[in-house]
Amino acid sequence: MGLLSKKDAALITDPLADNNPITIQVLGICSALAITAELKASIVMALSVMAVLAIGNVVISLMRNIIPSKIRIIVQLVVVAALVIIVDLVLKAFAYELSKTLSVFVGLIITNCIIMGRFEAFALANGPWKSFLDGIGNAAGYGLILIIVGFFRELLGSGTLLGLKVLGDPIEKTGLYAIGYENNGFMLLSPMALIVLGIIIWIQRSRNKSLIEEN
Amino acid sequence: MSKRTDSNVYTIVFAIVMVLIVGSLLATVFSLTKPTITTNQKIEKQQNILYAMGVNDNDETSANFVSTKVAQTEFSKYIKKQLVIEGDKITENDKAYLIDVKKEQSKAKEGQTRRLPLFIGEKDGKTFYVAPIRGKGLWDAIWGYVSMDENMVVQGAYFDHKGETPGLGANIKQRFFMDDFIGEHLLDANESFAGITVAKGNNDPKNEDKTDNEVDAIAGATITGNGVSAMIKTDLKLYVPYFKTLKK
Repeated sequence: MGLLSKKDAALITDPLADNNPITIQVLGICSALAITAELKASIVMALSVMAVLAIGNVVISLMRNIIPSKIRIIVQLVVVAALVIIVDLVLKAFAYELSKTLSVFVGLIITNCIIMGRFEAFALANGPWKSFLDGIGNAAGYGLILIIVGFFRELLGSGTLLGLKVLGDPIEKTGLYAIGYENNGFMLLSPMALIVLGIIIWIQRSRNKSLIEEN
Repeated sequence: MSKRTDSNVYTIVFAIVMVLIVGSLLATVFSLTKPTITTNQKIEKQQNILYAMGVNDNDETSANFVSTKVAQTEFSKYIKKQLVIEGDKITENDKAYLIDVKKEQSKAKEGQTRRLPLFIGEKDGKTFYVAPIRGKGLWDAIWGYVSMDENMVVQGAYFDHKGETPGLGANIKQRFFMDDFIGEHLLDANESFAGITVAKGNNDPKNEDKTDNEVDAIAGATITGNGVSAMIKTDLKLYVPYFKTLKK
């Protein structure tokens, strides 16, 4: 037997495709639109959400039997807000450069629906190990979509990937720009992120018809 | 049968205990990390000022500060004077880099005299005058440091932001944008203050005309660009009387 049982492995692999938090559960759309103009930002956000979601899921799971049901949403909010503040302070003290890159995302993590969604739907009903895996899996699924959207937006919008000029120099007119290619400025705006996301959802559902909801 | 955790008393006690635990945890982490964070912020200000006057670890494309280890020694090596301009009064103050520009701006709004820090640096026999600026972007604060020569011609600039959109407004801290300011004139042909406008449709994408008081805008970042123009105009204008005294 491998490191993970079949059921445990499914907690990680399911959210990558057929139970993806963005394309299937329609959670975390806001940040997918807001910060995917750059591939680097997508990767940083994906990793930050993974850290907060995995730890938060474990904390909520450990507390699941003592949380009063009437105030469970408030408890979840307190846990995620406290985690985010602690992560932010520790980064500012010991990884200052990284904390500056993350500054815009840290606030967004608190409002990320995936975090509350997974606390509510999974961690409140399952043990810490399973909740940890669920956190990793869902954050990976979320990150995967963010990275795909970020890849296309940065490539087509700025002609770069992770800041490297892969299509040539638009001002000096080298590479693709020499034959008349122009960057598509629309790709840098949020509406195009929604369209890219729509295309991903379309492709995913046309490949797997069971994902299409019946009217 | 209802669970024990459903009772009102339990809920209230739970909420109180949770607030106490989380509150003290956050307070502890905050007080433990505060000294290190303050030092980091001081070093960052020194790095920003050094960056603007060309003391940096830039490679071909990316903007890099001098390393945090050497920032303090480099700062005392290159920055020869730190001035505080308060109305007509000019004083030297070796802690001028710690002046909070945001607080000074609100003091000015209340009608009090604003303290203006100015850092005079020397590198390769050339004198640089570095001034801090601060303004509003699309989502939050933007700020920076501009280094000038005695004719108010920009020698270097560093911009930063709190929460501008990655890939759009956040690009004000990219080399391609900051480097465009080098050589730009802040005064017009009549020697009066014109500032630098981040202009759309500049028709000068390589920014070769340095006397037009314009640099090329970033596509999709109009409001952040306007914020940069505005903070340059409002904050650097205040230094004009000082630069006039240099020419006498």
